[in-house]
Amino acid sequence: MLKVRGLSAGYGDARVLFDVDLDVGDGEVVALLGRNGMGKTTTVRAITGLLPPQAGTIEFDGRRLDGLPAHEAGRAGIGLVPEGRQVFPTLTVEENLVATAASRFGAARWTTKRVYELFPRLEERRRHMGSQLSGGEQQMLAIGRALMTNPKLVILDEATEGLAPLIRREIRRVMAALKAEGESILVIDKSLDALMRIADRHVVLEKGHVVWTGTTAELAADREAVEKKLHV
Amino acid sequence: MSRTTRDLLILAGIFALLAALPFLGLPGWVLTYTARIMAFAICAVALDLVLGYGGLVSLGHAAFLGIGSYAAGILLAENVDDFFVGLGAGMAAAGLYALVTGAVAVRTKGVAFIMITLAFGQMAYFVANALSEYGGSDGLTLWSRASIGGRAALKDRTLYFVILAGLLLSVAIVRLVTASPFGAALRAARNNPERVTALGYDVDRVRLAAYVLSAVLCGGAGVLIANLTSFVSPALMAWQRSGEFIVMVILGGAGTPWGALAGAFAVLALEEGLSLATQHWKIVFGALLVLAVLFTRGGIAGLLDRSAK
Repeated sequence: MLKVRGLSAGYGDARVLFDVDLDVGDGEVVALLGRNGMGKTTTVRAITGLLPPQAGTIEFDGRRLDGLPAHEAGRAGIGLVPEGRQVFPTLTVEENLVATAASRFGAARWTTKRVYELFPRLEERRRHMGSQLSGGEQQMLAIGRALMTNPKLVILDEATEGLAPLIRREIRRVMAALKAEGESILVIDKSLDALMRIADRHVVLEKGHVVWTGTTAELAADREAVEKKLHV
Repeated sequence: MSRTTRDLLILAGIFALLAALPFLGLPGWVLTYTARIMAFAICAVALDLVLGYGGLVSLGHAAFLGIGSYAAGILLAENVDDFFVGLGAGMAAAGLYALVTGAVAVRTKGVAFIMITLAFGQMAYFVANALSEYGGSDGLTLWSRASIGGRAALKDRTLYFVILAGLLLSVAIVRLVTASPFGAALRAARNNPERVTALGYDVDRVRLAAYVLSAVLCGGAGVLIANLTSFVSPALMAWQRSGEFIVMVILGGAGTPWGALAGAFAVLALEEGLSLATQHWKIVFGALLVLAVLFTRGGIAGLLDRSAK
């Protein structure tokens, strides 16, 4: 589904990514791992077209995305749940969901009704402004908003960061539910344990290079070496 | 009472008052002046769509008003006197100009957007000045108004209700649009354009659509003004008028259900009232404006919201 080859990207003269290869298959959950500042979010920004790549190709569903305007990635079926949530503060919960809703690939699998089933809390707060939500609720809304574009691939960038343990568990429950639904997911998270439960494959970034990649079983076998790359 | 109910009641009150006005036995100039305010209020309401909801400060909206006026005026001068033909032509001409200039303008943001809309507005202004066949800088006096369905030319009272209907429709259209998913996307793009882009929307196109719709409404207002005053001139498109529309929106409360409407009435009634009192009315008006901006954050509508708390 997603095929990234030789991706290089950066900000101005500062190169952040070097020759990154990354694949996400149909219905697969892939984890992107690495310490802070190693290029995880930059990778996501490049894939979603928000940061034009300096070299390499990004192929999604058989179509080249690199070099296209940023809205084309969303249009092609990539639903991004951004780091820091970034819900629309002056829109109500419901407006946040419908503002960018779309069903570009046949009948919509995700509707407001289904998002509310996934997050009953959002239904209770549907008339509240985005700015009036707690961090956890904003995270639920950011996920719901991405699902409402009925994407083929969901990208979750630090979706549990800065949340209370209980809310974090709730978000992870939803991630597992999405996986069970057969959604393809690229997930960035700090907790290796949580990722090992949900992800099929793992890609570790260090200083902008892919330094390790393998399945969850391989990761379990090689855990010590990988953890060294993840902790200071 | 919820805020939505309150806002709807206020709107209903304003329109009930405007509809009752012709039956109160007021002198004719009051009706004419109110009709004039209502036509300009259409522009304020339309500008609010891009400024209040879209976050785009257009300093060229008077051009759309003027283009609509000239379309109607030129048709009347050429003896095409059907009102709806003029209305259609005025709205289409303004919309077309907005489509072409907006396609460029929406690619910019902030101060650049202000300057580029100002520049396109001035272009229209100077073209009107150069239209020597239709009065040039002196303007074009229209010898009769348009007529509806081949009947006699519109009378003052009929035209008053036509303008009132136009204002009501404009308010309704802007309200429906802002409440729709498209309107939510427009407001979302104001909050965070990158996020809307990442979700698969071309923000420029969303903004362009709002810009064109806004211009079409202003073009319609221009047709109404041309018929009301039986005169069109480049002064309609002067950039100061675009500024005045912004003042109406800001003073009334940008991005609120009735703020732009209230702002238009407040600004124009104040101008008229003050200019009757003193010829140096602009000094007083300026001071009032400064005070209003300093002390009524969110304009008239914002003032009411806070007093309700």
